[in-house]
Amino acid sequence: MTKVYVSSVIPAPAAEVWKLVRNFNGLPGWAPFVAESRIEHNAQADQIGCIRNFTLKDGGRIRERLLALSDYDLSCSYAILESPMAVENYVATLSLTPITDGNVTLAEWQAEFDCEPDREAALVQQIGDSVFQTALTGLKHRFGR
Amino acid sequence: MVKVCQSTIIDAPIDEVWAILRDFNGHDRWHPAIAFSEIEGGEPVDAVGSVRHFRLKDGGESREQLLALSDKDRRLSYCLLEAPLPLMGYVASVRLKPVTDGNATFWEWRSEFHPPAHRRDELVKLVTESIYQAGFAAVRNLLRRRSTGSLVEQRTPRAAVAPVPSASISRVASTTDQAATTRAIVVERYGGPEELQLRVIGLPPPAPNEVQIRHTFVGVNFIDVYCRTGYFDLLQPPGVPGMEAAGVIEAVGSAVSGFSIGDRVAYACPPVGAYAERRNMAPELLVSLSDDISDEIAAAGLLKGVSASFLLHDVHAVKPGEIVLIHAAAGGVGQLLVQWARHLGATVIATVSSDEKARIVERLGAHHVIVYSRENFAEAVMRLTNGAGADVAYDAVGNDTFAGSLAALAVRGHLISFGQASGPVGSWDIGQFSSKSITISRPNYAHYTDTPEKLGPHINRFFAALRQGVIRIGVPRQYNLAQAADAHRDLETRNTTGALVIKV
Repeated sequence: MTKVYVSSVIPAPAAEVWKLVRNFNGLPGWAPFVAESRIEHNAQADQIGCIRNFTLKDGGRIRERLLALSDYDLSCSYAILESPMAVENYVATLSLTPITDGNVTLAEWQAEFDCEPDREAALVQQIGDSVFQTALTGLKHRFGR
Repeated sequence: MVKVCQSTIIDAPIDEVWAILRDFNGHDRWHPAIAFSEIEGGEPVDAVGSVRHFRLKDGGESREQLLALSDKDRRLSYCLLEAPLPLMGYVASVRLKPVTDGNATFWEWRSEFHPPAHRRDELVKLVTESIYQAGFAAVRNLLRRRSTGSLVEQRTPRAAVAPVPSASISRVASTTDQAATTRAIVVERYGGPEELQLRVIGLPPPAPNEVQIRHTFVGVNFIDVYCRTGYFDLLQPPGVPGMEAAGVIEAVGSAVSGFSIGDRVAYACPPVGAYAERRNMAPELLVSLSDDISDEIAAAGLLKGVSASFLLHDVHAVKPGEIVLIHAAAGGVGQLLVQWARHLGATVIATVSSDEKARIVERLGAHHVIVYSRENFAEAVMRLTNGAGADVAYDAVGNDTFAGSLAALAVRGHLISFGQASGPVGSWDIGQFSSKSITISRPNYAHYTDTPEKLGPHINRFFAALRQGVIRIGVPRQYNLAQAADAHRDLETRNTTGALVIKV
């Protein structure tokens, strides 16, 4: 089991950040590498079990199932069903924590998955930097920094 | 039961922060409230169940027991066994998380307890500010001293990433070992009202030639806007704005005479730093408040009253029978100018932006009120004075009114430009002023008030005018410290009448 953990400070109140992050169909609005997204079978984006089907700007396609969404904990977990990354048992959680000092937000994004041992380092780098950190940086830019 | 949760970002790697916090007996080396601590019975400091017995700076003693310690989660929990305060059932935890984007540390400190109902607010405030926020500031200072090895600011790239505790804020902070803290509004960079951020910063004991003041009310003035935007360089970011406040002296430096702890004082002078619960400053320009002057009125009126005093007596000595034009007459200084100029025997023509403000200014005694959004005020002044014009015009509006003020002046009239709320007045060819032999003044507050000798007469005159009812200061609009940005927005959108204060 491989783990990836990335975190950033987002310069906005947690409630504001959560409005964006809670939308399971909303990645194109802040993740710079996502071209378009839809929810399969016309399900609601906050219905547990719904599947988001999104296209990357490089042409790749990913399907992910919403496993958990908590407006109380400000967290969202999902599993990859299909992706070009060749990972298995991939479960990720994106969660927000208010930082009272300055009324800003800690955003944490972590994932666990299985993969071929010789691809582990490259996948950790790709998921940690090119996906999670890039998306969190996009989120920061949405709030003006 | 109440819950308290405070969190911050410390600009240091998580392992460094955890090394400090996991030492259950180490808090007397960083927390400003704690004088001495020891583990009972010689237990190891990281043995779950160990009890720390410690003495507070104020003399109280407490015992706390370690309930859980996790190097994996970087979390520890503890409970209070004995304390001088009724923090019944107090259980607290500290946890850290890495901020991988910039190698900083998220620190959360939370607790639950059952306070007696009548002391609930007081105890929540104490835990929030005096324990948790003060602890954040102290650890930040400790790490900064370690990392720099000196007091020189070290700005790292990640300081720009983590928005909260950048090294630049620490420069405002105390450099003493037992740093106390204060809540303050900090401007980290010049800009809009959103740059007024509530922070906890260090506050050292006063220097030998300083006193420490606990503010009760802070005056909000347009000059604070100019400091925030960088139009005036009285504030160098990061810095605390504000030049007017009232409060109580809490500590006196060894070289200070004439002031004692407990004295009620007010001030309206540089250096900036009034938007804070407490500050240190030199006492030369402090004004002692007598019992009949409230803190609120002093904070609302001192700067404006002193301004009105030198504008009406020094910059131009208003004489009976003169025609005086006053712009923004419903504003803080404007209201004082209207009342005082009338008392001095002048004919007062006031301009305002709305009918509502017109009614306020009429009640203050203006002879004529012009709503300048509806009527060309220069033409109105000429009509009201049978073509003679105003002997003196007080204009702090600037760009929108400057040309009209010139046109409204009498021959040998005097235009006093003492602000530019609507923008700078721009460049003018002074040759054309000869058409009416006009005098222009551009007074600077400091040049009339920067020594006790200059300031004293204005203070005396202002307080006398207050006592005699020559001028009345209306109830100021109140904000709390966290609403400083709202106060600036209201001031800048000309939404206000009279004075604005921050109740600390």
